[in-house]
Amino acid sequence: MAETATAAGPGARLRDPTFWGDNAALIGLILIGAAFSLLTPYFLTWGNITALLVSASILIVLATAQQFTIVAAGIDLSIAANLPWSAVVFGLTYNAGWGTAGAIVAAIAAGALVGTLNGLIIAKLKVNDFIATLGMLGVMSGVALIASNGQSFSVFSTFLQTLALGSIGPIRYFYLIALVVVLAAHIVFKYTAFGTHVLATGGNREAARNMGIPIDRMRVAVYAINGALVGVAAVLLVSRTGGADPSIATDELLSSIAAVVLGGSSLFGGRASMLGTVAGALVLTTLLNGFTLLQVSSFYQPIAVGVVVIAAAVLSRFQQ
Amino acid sequence: MSARHHDTQTKAPVLEVTGLTKAFGAVQALSGADLVCPRGEVTALVGDNGAGKSTLIRCITGVHPFDDGEVRFNGEPVRLSSPTEARARGIETVYQDLALVEDLTVWQNMFLNRELKRGIGRFGMLDRRRMIAESQSRLERLLVNMPPVRSRVRRLSGGQRQSIAIGRAASWGSTLVIMDEPTAALGVRERESVEQLIGRLRDDHIAQLIISHDLEQVMRVADTVWIMRRGTTIAHWRVADVSRERIVAAITGADGGNHRATTAEAPTTVVE
Repeated sequence: MAETATAAGPGARLRDPTFWGDNAALIGLILIGAAFSLLTPYFLTWGNITALLVSASILIVLATAQQFTIVAAGIDLSIAANLPWSAVVFGLTYNAGWGTAGAIVAAIAAGALVGTLNGLIIAKLKVNDFIATLGMLGVMSGVALIASNGQSFSVFSTFLQTLALGSIGPIRYFYLIALVVVLAAHIVFKYTAFGTHVLATGGNREAARNMGIPIDRMRVAVYAINGALVGVAAVLLVSRTGGADPSIATDELLSSIAAVVLGGSSLFGGRASMLGTVAGALVLTTLLNGFTLLQVSSFYQPIAVGVVVIAAAVLSRFQQ
Repeated sequence: MSARHHDTQTKAPVLEVTGLTKAFGAVQALSGADLVCPRGEVTALVGDNGAGKSTLIRCITGVHPFDDGEVRFNGEPVRLSSPTEARARGIETVYQDLALVEDLTVWQNMFLNRELKRGIGRFGMLDRRRMIAESQSRLERLLVNMPPVRSRVRRLSGGQRQSIAIGRAASWGSTLVIMDEPTAALGVRERESVEQLIGRLRDDHIAQLIISHDLEQVMRVADTVWIMRRGTTIAHWRVADVSRERIVAAITGADGGNHRATTAEAPTTVVE
């Protein structure tokens, strides 16, 4: 019966179609990486891999943020506005003399505030996740414009420059931060009661309620964490671009959702795979990176990304 | 058959319900329901759809507050305000939906919201190894066809899921396990293994209250049977002393109500 699957060796795992569905992103990443390595000698160089990881870092943090809401059977569309809003808060507080640490705290708090509002609207006012965060997307893009007078502005900080460009040996700080965020999320989901309760809330809300898990509080908590992580991503964004832009048109919203789905987490909640989510974010970034190396017109890039997402969705049908 | 009944006069009631009433607006869902669940016995609650069985259970376990009447648990009058409070007192309910999370493993479900931790306070890390080992030993003792505790519930059969849900309910030092239609969705073999599990819990001196539509099953596993109709418990018998036809007649009202005399003549398990 089914119980053999967990006990069997690697051979049986490879023959199991659910293995391929569960690890679609990782397999896709290896295939795409192999293809680009064959097509251009520049792909598999340390310099290019570093550039790839650095440009994937913000997406990885945002996808981790998205992972928290998706695991709890929610979704956050307001990321696309919360990111520039938190960046603007960072810029305004930093330029007002709060110092780097103060501005970082302010940006994360600003993101967490938006996330908490999302959570309260969803859990307490019983508004559908999609609608609540879609509304918040509009509200916060307006607030970000008002707070900054609609102007983008520069932020000069040696700390941020070090963050963007510095490294420990060959390891850049920038993706090290993303790695820390991912590891922390992995530990939360796998090794804490809170993470288990989030998984239960997303997997079977009624069962979680029956077992005495405060599901409303769990849902507010995941949106608050989501918002705080968007704040972290905003700090990375300001550090990378050297400024805050309230109207930054970000395609990171769709990418963040795509990365999580590519990574094998169900959009219906209950399953978290941080390794998958990272692989999903890397697949999307690798496509852009490889196309740039091959000098494929950037007009083709969204097409490739879309095709990969759909292909991953087809593969994920083999998930149990 | 009668061997398992002969010592019932010494079995203390875990749960005693007297004259429970509950109205939802203008609808009188319960109008004076009684129930006794003795330690180490299986008590069956039968009745037509809408007779008030589920409402009675929800009032006992604190899902709904009741209007009037008394619930005594181990002799002490209680008025529970939530299933969590009921659980803290050792009253576990296995609902028809089983309250299992399919994407979590067997051991994660066993310890859901009762996780064992290493380190201090609520921020400690999960003690996975200990939870896996304890799930293994607890379930091993109860289940014949034991699924691996590390597999996700999604991979288990209906009977295995039912057994895990009952096993979880029984393994938390519970004194009363309430089951709503425990075998309604199962095939013959799986039903048998769940009934074996019910037998094993009886041997462990756990009081069990079972809602069932399957009268054959009631005759097989229960010690006493209580009949509900229109919000009241109209009769109860030792299963050994009653025929299936008699029960059917009481459920449907076809006996014209003469069961009342029988009930009065044959008071069951309550001891002073």
